[in-house]
Amino acid sequence: MMNLISNDAGKKMMTINMGPQHPSTHGVLRLELDLDGELIHAVRPNIGYLHRCFEKYAEKVGEYSKVIPYTDRMDYVSAMNQEHGYVTAMEKLLEIEIPERVEYIRVIMAELQRIASHLLGIGAFGLDLGAFTPFLYLFTEREKVLDIFEKTSGARLLYNYMTVGGLIKDVHKDFKADTAEFVKTFRPKIKELNDLLSYNRIFIKRTANVGVLPDKVALNYAASGPVLRGSGFKWDLRKDDPYSIYDRFEFDIPIGKGEMGTLGDCWDRYIVRVREMEQSLLIIEQALEGMPDEGDVTEASPRRIRPKAGEIYARTESPRGELGYYIISDGKGAPFRVKARAPSFVHLSMLPAISKGSLIADLVAIVGSIDIVLGEVDR
Amino acid sequence: MKQPEEIFEYLKQKFGEDSIGFEAPEVGQPWIEVDASAVKDVMKFLRDDKELRFDVLMCLSGVHYPDEEAVGVTYHINSTQLKHSLALKAKAPIDNPFIQSVESVWKTANWHEREAWDMVGIKFKEHPNHKRILCAEDWEGHPLRKDYVQQEFYNGMPTGDN
Repeated sequence: MMNLISNDAGKKMMTINMGPQHPSTHGVLRLELDLDGELIHAVRPNIGYLHRCFEKYAEKVGEYSKVIPYTDRMDYVSAMNQEHGYVTAMEKLLEIEIPERVEYIRVIMAELQRIASHLLGIGAFGLDLGAFTPFLYLFTEREKVLDIFEKTSGARLLYNYMTVGGLIKDVHKDFKADTAEFVKTFRPKIKELNDLLSYNRIFIKRTANVGVLPDKVALNYAASGPVLRGSGFKWDLRKDDPYSIYDRFEFDIPIGKGEMGTLGDCWDRYIVRVREMEQSLLIIEQALEGMPDEGDVTEASPRRIRPKAGEIYARTESPRGELGYYIISDGKGAPFRVKARAPSFVHLSMLPAISKGSLIADLVAIVGSIDIVLGEVDR
Repeated sequence: MKQPEEIFEYLKQKFGEDSIGFEAPEVGQPWIEVDASAVKDVMKFLRDDKELRFDVLMCLSGVHYPDEEAVGVTYHINSTQLKHSLALKAKAPIDNPFIQSVESVWKTANWHEREAWDMVGIKFKEHPNHKRILCAEDWEGHPLRKDYVQQEFYNGMPTGDN
């Protein structure tokens, strides 16, 4: 928990450590706080506790396809989206066409994962602010998504399911029925969540007008995903820079409107995630309808992956924001350089700017509302 | 919306041929090469010009080029208003790895540049907090250099397999 570093007599300011093992930092994150009483004067995030140098592994592992399991372990609560980002980048570099069926399965997986990830993010956010019950309800729903993933890929969290050009194997035979069933049962649960948490008075008091992020600041810090949309800026890569087959689906981009307080506060960022889950359900429904029943999911996968010399920066919309992969090929069988642009890393760098002048208790809300995953911050 | 070639022609009129160049690889995206001492001016222009409006720095990556004995930075920028994006590169010799910081243009560069220093050993002029970010402050070497050798011990602790 918090331990005292210094308390110079006569001076008002006090420097305190929050973390690295603080329950509300969502992993191992250390925040150095300069405090005047309970008011925060400055925050200095210290990261790197989970640093494994993923980018060095990617260079040393020897093959493009062997990088995929490592991408799983970056953002371990949305592994499907991480894989999707990497394989999208690789396919652009190799200029290969992907079978229809593969694209549909990938989109369904990515959207299911988005729901699972938001459920965890929202649940943990409530937990940070003392709402224990919603967390348990949301985890029940998240389990159902993970069950679908487990039936298909064999793993619950780190799937290694997408490959360059295809998928490692076809979905399980009840996949369509299972997913349709989940969509049907999950939709009413969002209303339940709203009753339990979103419009709960205590929750609103804790999150409205806290950690306000104006959209100009957000853009200057390159915020993306729900954090940027929470500030009222309509920007979603699925619409604004479409990849895969997202241009075929109809869905809205929810943005923050300052309903409970100031535009761009913690509540706005929170509610964007809740409303995004409804939109993900819409995408899944449309994708289930359009998905071809037959088709080999491995036919487009190249035996040997050896792109010509060149480089690519491809970005996808992960649950946390813009996930970019910058890959340089020097014409050999292994990547010359892989850089992952992690949304959590970028969002965490914004923390000092939005938490100055707030209270310690509010800092917990702010960290929860930007929904970071430390595996992705530290890579 | 402008293509990279158009943006290059546009920049050439403003900055001259000496400080910028254009390169397109066999596959993937082309990029504009910028002189390391002109980076800040070019970036500021890209951000503020009415026809370009690059308001977001998506990614900043440090790269080590052992064949050229150089280190370099790749900038990926994007305009949310005009919806075009662009890649730029700046390089510096490995024995004098100084590149101008763009922290004053886009705040997000702060952490990205610290990471590039930590991982590749690129020094950024006028960076307000030029420290390592992922590795410990007293770590030796820069892991993403191609000739990096992991230290055997860190403060007396073995660092594992090399």
